[in-house]
Amino acid sequence: MNHETVANILLTTILPGNFVLAMFLGMCPFLGVSQKISTAFPMGLATAFVILVASVSAYFLNMVLVYYHLEFLSVITFITVIACAVQLVEMFVKKQFPVLFRQLGIYLPLITTNCAVLGVALFQTARQYNFVQSLAYSIGGGLGFTLALVLMASLREKLLLANIPPLVQGTAIALIVGGLLSLSFMGFAGIGGGE
Amino acid sequence: MSTPNDIPTTPGGKMVFALGLVATICGVIIVGIFQVTLAPVNANKKLALERQVFKVLPNAKTVVDYFATDSGIESADGKETTPAGAVRFYAAYAADGSLAGIAAEASSAGYADQVRILYGYDPVKQVISGIGVISMRETPGIGDKILVDKDFLHNFEALDVSLSQDLKLLANAVKTVKHGSKQSPWEIDAIAGATVTSKAVGRGINASAQALLPKLYPHVEQLRSAK
Amino acid sequence: MSQAPSNFDEFMEGLWKQNPVFVMVLGMCPTMAITVSAVNSISMGLATTFVLSASCLLISLLRSAIPKQVRIASYIVIIATFVTVVDYAIQAISLDLYEALGAYIKLIVANCLLLGRAEAHAAKNPPMASLWNATGMGLGFTFGLLCIGGVREILGAGKFFGIALFGDHFQPWVVMVLPPGGFFIMAVWLIVFAAWRSRKQRASADHASTEEAKA
Repeated sequence: MNHETVANILLTTILPGNFVLAMFLGMCPFLGVSQKISTAFPMGLATAFVILVASVSAYFLNMVLVYYHLEFLSVITFITVIACAVQLVEMFVKKQFPVLFRQLGIYLPLITTNCAVLGVALFQTARQYNFVQSLAYSIGGGLGFTLALVLMASLREKLLLANIPPLVQGTAIALIVGGLLSLSFMGFAGIGGGE
Repeated sequence: MSTPNDIPTTPGGKMVFALGLVATICGVIIVGIFQVTLAPVNANKKLALERQVFKVLPNAKTVVDYFATDSGIESADGKETTPAGAVRFYAAYAADGSLAGIAAEASSAGYADQVRILYGYDPVKQVISGIGVISMRETPGIGDKILVDKDFLHNFEALDVSLSQDLKLLANAVKTVKHGSKQSPWEIDAIAGATVTSKAVGRGINASAQALLPKLYPHVEQLRSAK
Repeated sequence: MSQAPSNFDEFMEGLWKQNPVFVMVLGMCPTMAITVSAVNSISMGLATTFVLSASCLLISLLRSAIPKQVRIASYIVIIATFVTVVDYAIQAISLDLYEALGAYIKLIVANCLLLGRAEAHAAKNPPMASLWNATGMGLGFTFGLLCIGGVREILGAGKFFGIALFGDHFQPWVVMVLPPGGFFIMAVWLIVFAAWRSRKQRASADHASTEEAKA
């Protein structure tokens, strides 16, 4: 039984406990899709949606697994559920937003292997959150992920105009910027309140 | 050779067979590893728990785990998951079979991830007699001072967790206060510069004690006799 | 190349030429989360190597039985199986290590490296070649993790493999064992690697042009 308040979870997960900047979940898209805000923002939202679906599914799935003493199947069942959820989201985006679908390209099905999605399912189970807490955790996680992605993209757009030495270009400078972002987000520690 | 118009389609049967084969092989592997590791994992967990309890209650020689529910105390009987509405605790017995103390887990969100601690409870004096950290990911050199800071650990030598008259709640909620401002026996003096982690410890203990002690205290006598 | 690469070639390909951490930059999540100490890095690296080798071997053995349409699903199930195996194995070996690595063990299943390898290599190559390549890649991954974890532990805790290196007067550079440190150290290694590679390229270009001049 976990005693954290919903507001605490929400705020902490968006800022000091940010999935990307503090917990290193979702690094592939963070480094791969964050070159432009116009791709980073929809990617963030798509991932946030999948995170929400995965979280809810994982909660009920875990209840079933615990009931039948099948916890050792958790990894397999979680990742399978996530793969199905991503498949559904992919079909939905392809139908409703075809331009976006082409823009995101390979990165949309890659949400399946996004550590953030599986991470939410695993962490909320480990921390024994109830349903409302899990919802807060996944919403906060998705928002935090989108926030980190958009911040990174806006910084990288500015970096295009900077004179970066060739050795540092590409992933290295993205990591340095990411590190600075992570450092600044640490300043939000304790913002969730908690007496 | 197939003509350009003739794209070979995979019969549904083959797909199902493949998935079935993969699922069967993987199923066997998973169940196999689970069975093989079940005994060692349980032994490890028991050992780790005993190590923690003995650290917090030095006179203890054996540990038995129980659930405290609204209707009384029942043996945990090796169950992994705690039923809803019950709180798990550990009764520690000394070499002569007498009750050495009670231990229970408390966890709360710290600076980074959960801070899980085990605290020792003395039902006679109604105080917490010591804490041990089970797991934490706090900042080295700052948050992890809760492991070693003597002044902080001193807080837990006689932390007042007595129940109110009606035995429904703690008479005074356990609270972490700013370093140097502790005035009452139910307050915890935070470590200077490590407030978030100190508050996590206080919150965790308060939540756990509020949930456990009203259920446990009225039936403590049961534990003295049972062994 | 007229003949198929030898098993040793496969091994070196995975270990060095296509090093997952520094060349392909894959599998970043565990790389930066877990590498706060050398012991953690090696443990995570070896766990990943085991999962990678075992899954690639099994996938390669079953490659003719798995039709194209269901291949991703099958690969994921196989990888998840071996992740579960390693998860329980670590619990049986050492609970302390299990606590230190935390949920990141289960997250090995989301490591892009594994699915990528299965798709790119194991599905098209015989079992022994796949096994060697996967093991090489896993060890390359472990090496990468160790580079990062070792530096972070030395700077951030003054220890290496838990052995204190400096005296009591050492002020640990704590940020190195915190998330930002992971970002920075990884960036530094990438720069070092890029510098080393560009120098090698220039050396071979110089060598080639002197050869041409002689000819």
